Amino acid sequence: MSNPQQLRYSKEHEWLSGAEDGVSTVGITEHAANALGDVVYVQLPEVGDTVTAGETCGELESTKSVSDLYSPVTGEVVEANQDVVDDPSLVNSAPFEGGWLFKVRVAEEPKDLLSADEYTEFSGS
Amino acid sequence: MSSNAPRHTALDALHRSLGATMTDFAGWDMPLRYGSERDEHLAVRSKAGLFDLSHMGEITVTGPGAAALLNYALVGNIASVGVGRARYTMICRADGGILDDLIVYRLQEQTYLVVANASNAQVVLDALTERAGGFDAVVRDDRDAYALIAVQGPESPGILKSLTDADLDGLKYYAGLPGTVAGVPALIARTGYTGEDGFELFVDPADAEKLWQALTEAGAPAGLVPCGLSCRDTLRLEAGMPLYGHELSTSLTPFDAGLGRVVKFEKEGDFVGREALTEAAALAEKNPPRVLVGLIAEGRRVPRAGYPVVVGGEVIGEVTSGAPSPTLGRPIAMAYVDAAHAAPGTAGVGVDIRGSHEPYEVVALPFYRRQK
Repeated sequence: MSNPQQLRYSKEHEWLSGAEDGVSTVGITEHAANALGDVVYVQLPEVGDTVTAGETCGELESTKSVSDLYSPVTGEVVEANQDVVDDPSLVNSAPFEGGWLFKVRVAEEPKDLLSADEYTEFSGS
Repeated sequence: MSSNAPRHTALDALHRSLGATMTDFAGWDMPLRYGSERDEHLAVRSKAGLFDLSHMGEITVTGPGAAALLNYALVGNIASVGVGRARYTMICRADGGILDDLIVYRLQEQTYLVVANASNAQVVLDALTERAGGFDAVVRDDRDAYALIAVQGPESPGILKSLTDADLDGLKYYAGLPGTVAGVPALIARTGYTGEDGFELFVDPADAEKLWQALTEAGAPAGLVPCGLSCRDTLRLEAGMPLYGHELSTSLTPFDAGLGRVVKFEKEGDFVGREALTEAAALAEKNPPRVLVGLIAEGRRVPRAGYPVVVGGEVIGEVTSGAPSPTLGRPIAMAYVDAAHAAPGTAGVGVDIRGSHEPYEVVALPFYRRQK
């Protein structure tokens, strides 16, 4: 697997896109999706919610386990991906594309986000 | 089992070459899944799946007193099992608590193969060894003598037939016979833990890779795929089959688990637990404390073992196993609930999933029954 170069990554295995008009997209990495196994349920933050970097804002449930979803940045949620709520398998099949989770108007970004190469090394993926 | 290093089956290198996600299971490093566990599950339901089950604990009991020993040590009537047949049974403590559930194969008049769960292999071996005192029988630890490969699913008879001359049509469910598969000597048993037709093949570990590869090739046209323990768990859950440590434990008797039928009071002589189980049977008849039921989610959140079952805010039971069901398309669970709320269709039952009470329908087990 390869982690897209244009994204940045958190140590909780979320990815963050570059901002367009101040809005960034958030998802989980392919490495994280593989570790979870088949995702069967996704609970996302709602539009208007404030999410905080490094804090939980939802959950991902797979056959074997339930995992907290952490936000990689602080800001206001402006969109949640209804497609992935309806079909959680998108997280497994297209984690960097159709399996994105939510969009956030970034207020503050932590300093320790990783580049693709750094994340690849960190995750061993 | 004194060391903490994980044990590896004879197929370990093969699993890794297939890219399996491995997991620790009862001290063994076992394949959890190879790709999508949901796809593996559905393959077993519709085509065929191939499992490495070499972690299971095999114990051989031989001698003129083998039948008498097993009748005393286990709750079933093992002496009445015909040669070439198998029986699902349990081993209990004197207080009736379940030490393990077992499958016992009668290989010859004076030779039995007892198959225990991996997590209980030593416990069962120790109990049988201790209970063998005074019987003209030998209890032998054969864990290292066998690899165990299962082929499960509707296509499994056809796949196996292409590799063996053994009379599979004459092999009934819960029977086993010695034969040769792909040139490998094997005990061929028509048993399984998936709710599908299928076979379990006990072979020398040195032959395991050869047999696995032969089955993989023979099964490919029929859609056979390698399957890990994750789908094994969802398959057995749909089939309403108990798992030791979840639905079964030393604090429960077979009657508590709704499996009182495995206890054969009519057999001759004493057996370990007879007295306690006689009382447990009477209690279950009159006033069962809790009953094992099935639960089907109305929503999409998955109940897990240990989650409380609730009615109107009161805790009335506990989930023992839960998973998303690939066949039903909804989360399912097995749970022990108070008898008052155990009838199928009981209204107002929920599961406390991390603080929120999600509605569940009470159903009779199993969730899934194959069309014979």
